[in-house]
Amino acid sequence: MTDTTASAAARATGSGWLGKLEGKISWILLGLVGVALPLLDDSYIGVIAQRAYIYWVLSAGLNLVVGYAGQIAIGWVSMLTLGAYTTAALAAGRVGPEWNSYLALIAGGVMGAAFGVIVGLPALRLRTFYFAMTTLGFATIVTQVALAWKDITGGGVGTPGPVFSWPFEPGWGFYYFCFILAAVSTWITANIGSSRYGRALVAIRDAEVAAEASGIAKPRLLMLVFLLAGAMGGIAGGLFASLQSYITPDAFTFEMSVLFFIGILIGGRGSILGPALGTIILTALPEFAAPLVQWSTFLYASLLLLIVLVIPGGIADLLDYKNRRPLEQHREIVPRPELLARVLGEQRGETLITLKGIALHFGGVKAIDGLDLEIRGGEVHGLIGPNGSGKTTTLNVISGYYRPHNGTLKLDGVDLPFEQPHLRAERGIARTFQTPRLVGAASVLENVMIGGMVQGRATFTEAMLNLPRHRRDEKEMTEAAMLALSTVGLEGLAHVRADRLQHSELRFVEIARALMLQPACLMLDEPAAGLSADEIIRLGGLIKAVSRAGTAVLLVEHHADLIFDICDRVTVLNLGKVLAAGTPAEIRSHREVVSAYLGA
Amino acid sequence: MFQSIVSYGLAVGAVYALIGITYNVMFSASRVFSFTAGMLGMLGGVLGALFINKMGMNAILAFVLVLGCGAVLGLVTEILTVRPVLKSIEQHLYVLSTLAFALMVQQVTAIEWGTEAQPFPTLLPAGEGWLDQKFWLPMLACAFTIGGLEFLYRKTLIGRAFLAIAEDSYAARALGLPETRLRMASYALAGMIGALAGFTGAQMLLAYFGNQAILNFYGFVPVALGGMGSNRGAVIGGLALGLFQQAANFLVGGIFAAVAVFAVFIVVLLLRPEGLAGAATARRV
Repeated sequence: MTDTTASAAARATGSGWLGKLEGKISWILLGLVGVALPLLDDSYIGVIAQRAYIYWVLSAGLNLVVGYAGQIAIGWVSMLTLGAYTTAALAAGRVGPEWNSYLALIAGGVMGAAFGVIVGLPALRLRTFYFAMTTLGFATIVTQVALAWKDITGGGVGTPGPVFSWPFEPGWGFYYFCFILAAVSTWITANIGSSRYGRALVAIRDAEVAAEASGIAKPRLLMLVFLLAGAMGGIAGGLFASLQSYITPDAFTFEMSVLFFIGILIGGRGSILGPALGTIILTALPEFAAPLVQWSTFLYASLLLLIVLVIPGGIADLLDYKNRRPLEQHREIVPRPELLARVLGEQRGETLITLKGIALHFGGVKAIDGLDLEIRGGEVHGLIGPNGSGKTTTLNVISGYYRPHNGTLKLDGVDLPFEQPHLRAERGIARTFQTPRLVGAASVLENVMIGGMVQGRATFTEAMLNLPRHRRDEKEMTEAAMLALSTVGLEGLAHVRADRLQHSELRFVEIARALMLQPACLMLDEPAAGLSADEIIRLGGLIKAVSRAGTAVLLVEHHADLIFDICDRVTVLNLGKVLAAGTPAEIRSHREVVSAYLGA
Repeated sequence: MFQSIVSYGLAVGAVYALIGITYNVMFSASRVFSFTAGMLGMLGGVLGALFINKMGMNAILAFVLVLGCGAVLGLVTEILTVRPVLKSIEQHLYVLSTLAFALMVQQVTAIEWGTEAQPFPTLLPAGEGWLDQKFWLPMLACAFTIGGLEFLYRKTLIGRAFLAIAEDSYAARALGLPETRLRMASYALAGMIGALAGFTGAQMLLAYFGNQAILNFYGFVPVALGGMGSNRGAVIGGLALGLFQQAANFLVGGIFAAVAVFAVFIVVLLLRPEGLAGAATARRV
């Protein structure tokens, strides 16, 4: 048994050096072309390449915002503008004494970072369109300010860009400066993308509620990403000002924003290589089709429309040949509960969740009306009742999505704060959802690893720089996730995109994700819905084994057989109140329950 | 100074309010915020100047034609960019189809009409100072539109059908309402309102392709402040925005007026994401 999981883990980390090379070969080729390009000694091509590198410095950061986190930051050209004017104005001595160009460039990055956060703030509370509009408005206003603030920006007349001194003087020196910065941008964003932070961003994009339940604090993470993307935009701006040698507000058209944006979308969301290629192609394209320059915005816009309507997955999806191999048709899920001891590790002692007098109403509807409930470690507690009786609402109160109007909620005798769902994970409370909430575009393994978010120790910076603690985190998390997958019987599908799985498999993936937390309390919301009779029996065995390992299990279910098979205690709800509570045998013979819910 | 703050502020505020209403009419019918609102406003001015100045039409004919063009663009928006994405509205990306369309139209305008702001003709031989038509025309258009919409939504059967779609399109379809046709009608109506805003406001704002971005943002601010879907909120928000912007222009200068508007917008949205008059959001889990 140990052998199979170990080899599965080995497969998960890529099949040796060959697999790693396969992933990196495109980058190596791109790098070689970049290093060797000056040999052509064609300054025209050099300028185009420099522009592509500069755009990519910005787009690489924006890719984390748009491609990974799914935030529609459409006006990111504003960061380029801010960085360009900050660098240019400081280097030209329009604000105090003349600054060294390199210092001015750093100041441009700082400016971008600051405004990245300011513009990003609304994303924490606003819906998609509002946020898109905010960034768009910001871009409009930055241009207006650049036109009007003549002392600093030179207004419509413009201001000279900074000139960098040795070793990155204008010409091929500056070319290598842009190349190095583009390479560094690629490296740090790729590191983030493949880290737990990258997975968390994608989870925020595609399964926000599940992300919170896994302990991902959206505000903090998004702010870090906006900070980074803003800084990269600002630095790109400083470089851009130097490349242009003279900047006016006209240079920062909204068209550029669209270019950055579709470069990322064409490449594909959640990829680094795709957007990099997209940016390079879009930068170079108008140069080779001179008569089209006037129409370039039109072309970009029609391309955007085409992508949104026809290929929302971008190039990366088209190239993802591995995920087009057919899967085995008749797959069986065979969980291996005997692995649970290793998955769950040392238990935290006796867990006890207590609800007292919890009441919650939506408008005039009383969803829960004075509920008392105790969930103990080592027991499966069934929560049953007709539709609308408050089962899922109870679960949502415990996991922090709803704030009840009355009552107390305690974990091991200590008050558990209402709301704040992202703080549940570190207290060892895990859950699954009635409709599985997974990231369809990520692999099954990555989905499970999202559940281990709170166990990572490396900081965002450590992940960005690929430092040892981060690499250790990744190794441990991969192994733990493979083990969790083996436990639920899905290790064979670890590298398959989650949206290719069958419904029943998704339910088990969710359980594996929850197990990653080594939960003290596991809450399952109708885990048997949509499963075959065989699968339900195996699921029952697995749930029971989880509880026997010391975890408190709360099971919301409609399948009476499953409930009476595995529960140690059952609470029946009706209209938000406890109708009956006791052992399965007591409930089965309870007259009201039988007539109201179970039927004769 | 006071006079010009009030007259210009209210007039430009009326244009913003009309663009806000354009957003609302499209949103109510489809749950899609369409980026085409500013485009419609921009085209109202450009097409008006084209028909009257360049082609020598009389003002009334040009006005009717401009509204017609607005309606057609509204229909195209609905068919080309809204209908195909309705099914996947939860996915973030789909916000962008309307933006792409608006940009295409803007670029065609920039190439065919030019990127310079051009004057818009005086429509009526009347008005000076306080009573200058460039101030009262947009206000009148705004008053007429809000009055007309209130009448439509509250007194007519088709207006109630619009409201039913806005409230719960699924249930409305179950009742046998022709949802698609009503949605197309809403987009045509929105197109006319947007074009009306541009046509009546163009003596102030000129016939300029760059008005698209400006109107897109400043027209959205009243919607954000007044709560989405609320036309009265949009009118109050629009007029307040116009006055605020104009006062800030005079008191602290153009640069800081733009910054001040943006700051107010962000702060309000952060404190009350649903708008000053909006209701709280629904359940997520």
